[in-house]
Amino acid sequence: MTYLVQQTLLYAIPLMIVALAGVFAERSGIINLALEGIMIFGAFIGVLFINMMQNAAWVQEASAAKNWVALQGLEVLAMMAAAVMGAVFSLLLSFASINLRADQTIGGTALNLMAPAFVLFLIRIIANQNTLQMQKGDAASWFMIKKSTLGFEKNADLGFLGNTFLHKVYLATYICILLFIILSILMYKTRFGLRLRACGENPQAADSLGINVHKMRYAGTTISGALAGMGGFVYALTTANCTANGDVAGFGFLALAVMIFGNWKPLNIAGASLLFGLFKCIAAGYSSIDINGDGRFMLAELGISAHIYRMLPYIITLIVLAFTSKKSRAPKAEGIPYDKGQR
Amino acid sequence: MEKKSFFASDSFRSVLASLISILAGMAVGAVIIAIVGFKDPSLGANSVWDGIRLVFGGLFSTGRDASGSLTWGFNSANMGNMLFRATPLIMTGLSVAMAYKTGLFNIGAPGQYLMGTMVSLIVALSIPSWVVPPQIIWFLAFFAGMVAGALWGMVAGAMKAFLNINEVLACIMTNWIAANLVTFVFDITAYKNVVENTKSGYIYKTSFNNVQTAKMGLDKIFAGSQINAGILVAILFAVGVYILMDKTTLGFQLKACGSNRHASRYAGIRDRRNIVLSMGIAGALSAGGAALYNLAGNTEFFWSTYQSLPAIGFNGIPVALLALCNPIGVIFAAMFMSMLSIAGLQLSNLTAYNEYITDVIISVIVYLSAFSLFIRTLLKNVGKKPETVNANAEPAPAPAPADEETVSSAAETAPGDPGEVTAPGQEANTEEGGTEE
Repeated sequence: MTYLVQQTLLYAIPLMIVALAGVFAERSGIINLALEGIMIFGAFIGVLFINMMQNAAWVQEASAAKNWVALQGLEVLAMMAAAVMGAVFSLLLSFASINLRADQTIGGTALNLMAPAFVLFLIRIIANQNTLQMQKGDAASWFMIKKSTLGFEKNADLGFLGNTFLHKVYLATYICILLFIILSILMYKTRFGLRLRACGENPQAADSLGINVHKMRYAGTTISGALAGMGGFVYALTTANCTANGDVAGFGFLALAVMIFGNWKPLNIAGASLLFGLFKCIAAGYSSIDINGDGRFMLAELGISAHIYRMLPYIITLIVLAFTSKKSRAPKAEGIPYDKGQR
Repeated sequence: MEKKSFFASDSFRSVLASLISILAGMAVGAVIIAIVGFKDPSLGANSVWDGIRLVFGGLFSTGRDASGSLTWGFNSANMGNMLFRATPLIMTGLSVAMAYKTGLFNIGAPGQYLMGTMVSLIVALSIPSWVVPPQIIWFLAFFAGMVAGALWGMVAGAMKAFLNINEVLACIMTNWIAANLVTFVFDITAYKNVVENTKSGYIYKTSFNNVQTAKMGLDKIFAGSQINAGILVAILFAVGVYILMDKTTLGFQLKACGSNRHASRYAGIRDRRNIVLSMGIAGALSAGGAALYNLAGNTEFFWSTYQSLPAIGFNGIPVALLALCNPIGVIFAAMFMSMLSIAGLQLSNLTAYNEYITDVIISVIVYLSAFSLFIRTLLKNVGKKPETVNANAEPAPAPAPADEETVSSAAETAPGDPGEVTAPGQEANTEEGGTEE
């Protein structure tokens, strides 16, 4: 059960934060199809940052002295670097779609093509292979929080909650959850959030009340880029052992699906990504899931092919959508370049 | 409409805008090579110059001579391989372009491509060629593949038409389902190549069953390349799609549904059937590309594909966008893309740079083509001819078929339901300013 919860969170958290990224862009009126590309770029930047910082003296000291606080600080710095560069990268999309009033679908597709190409070009030159790794050690030994990290005995039993949420976890997961909550409040309970949403529903009306639509849309896509870049790095850190190879296994597109599935609302998105993460986790580890703890692996004993389990998340999403999509409602003005003169 | 000179026409302007995008993309590639080359002391100016020349003229590279400098000339293998690589790209490009014209963003081409691959390979390998003539097997496999792709496309189309599921979402999901399904099927069947021990994870070449695409003498012209008659088939399909979309009632109805689904229904067009049909045709085209590629006889399919989707499917998107969704333009756009990928191979073989730079170039071109409208407006102002009413400013539902200007500006007036995620919505109204008010 502990395993199930932890694995589910591992998949669900990046999805959740990137889907929220999508919400910020679309609620401001810009379709961000580039989530996948920005994730790939963010993952690369974060891994590159850690790779380079491993040369720095303070990091080497911290690693040698097992100074966990400093290492967690490094992780947070890498997340911030990925977020900043993700935001910068997303400016390409904002500029094309806000200032030049370009087709947002095409602009997003271009970014999706550009990120893996650019990243792989650089990785090949930096690392002389198709994967950029940490210089030494791996994600688990450097960044994973374990019992011993927190000062407990190796064989101490922390109870179910403790075992699940304090042992073998990443700080990044909790930062993402915290950010998710803060940003959801920002979107629904502040003046800024209300204005942002207004620009996605009826920009003409918003403009008539003195809101700068272009500025709000820039804000929306930039927040979106930062979150997606960070989500990309979190994905690379927690599920890909802190490596970047110009690929996030379609997670950006899945996040887009989760966003539509969650009806552009944060709470629904959290639920949707947990559901999706659960099935992803079943697909990845069905042979070692022991639900009731009797030492038997029920799912593996059913004898169903692994490929069927891997298909499940996608099939389930489609089925759920089939029942819910009649009610789904996209922001009204999304995808339409803002034109002051339009009635 | 008053007669305009050729250079002031919209079609000329859009071709010019595309050419500008292409040149700018290649310039960005050259700049990146220069930055990387000059920063790295082991590369230096000579390698930068070599790299830049290869980006622009990789097709005509014939390697290095004894002194180590690049040699140039007609390279039949490069030329033939370019055409061979362009074959499936033309088909997936047509698939995306055709769907885009009907207001649907077909990001599901990779899934349809995979289904086409699976079915055409199974048919080609399972009918014994000592009973049925190989040519007939080829045709059966080709059509079976296309049918499979059509059905797979229709799944996404039906979800859009009847359940109101956004087609981008349905396509993404069906892509990954297809990837797992194909792996599953090849996992439990016996088409895996076990004869050639050096290779694991591949399906038999279709030439094991004597099935391969006819060469029709093309291999004599382009000696040393993989070319076959598939390129001719793909070009025929492009012409076919052009006729279907621009010269037939069905094509008109499909496009009308894309422009405004509700208005078309009001006009008596069966909108749901048409959406399903568009996705079906698009799926068949993608799958046809897969069949042409995999039935060539000298290609191999890596069957455990559940973690990645085929790049040829996704590359249909830039091809279609570069061609402004014009079926004839798709032929040239696909050839240009495959030319770049040949240049990329030369780049990794002959210099310290690698082939991904060509992907960067393609992405820059697509990015620029996103605001080709902006470039076109700039070009318009260069001429400084007072323009009044433009044919494109007609109300949305009925873009006049067979009108050259409609074709050239398909990308900007790309129709769709207002409020759709992918559809640019009411652009047709907004971009021409106040002409309608």
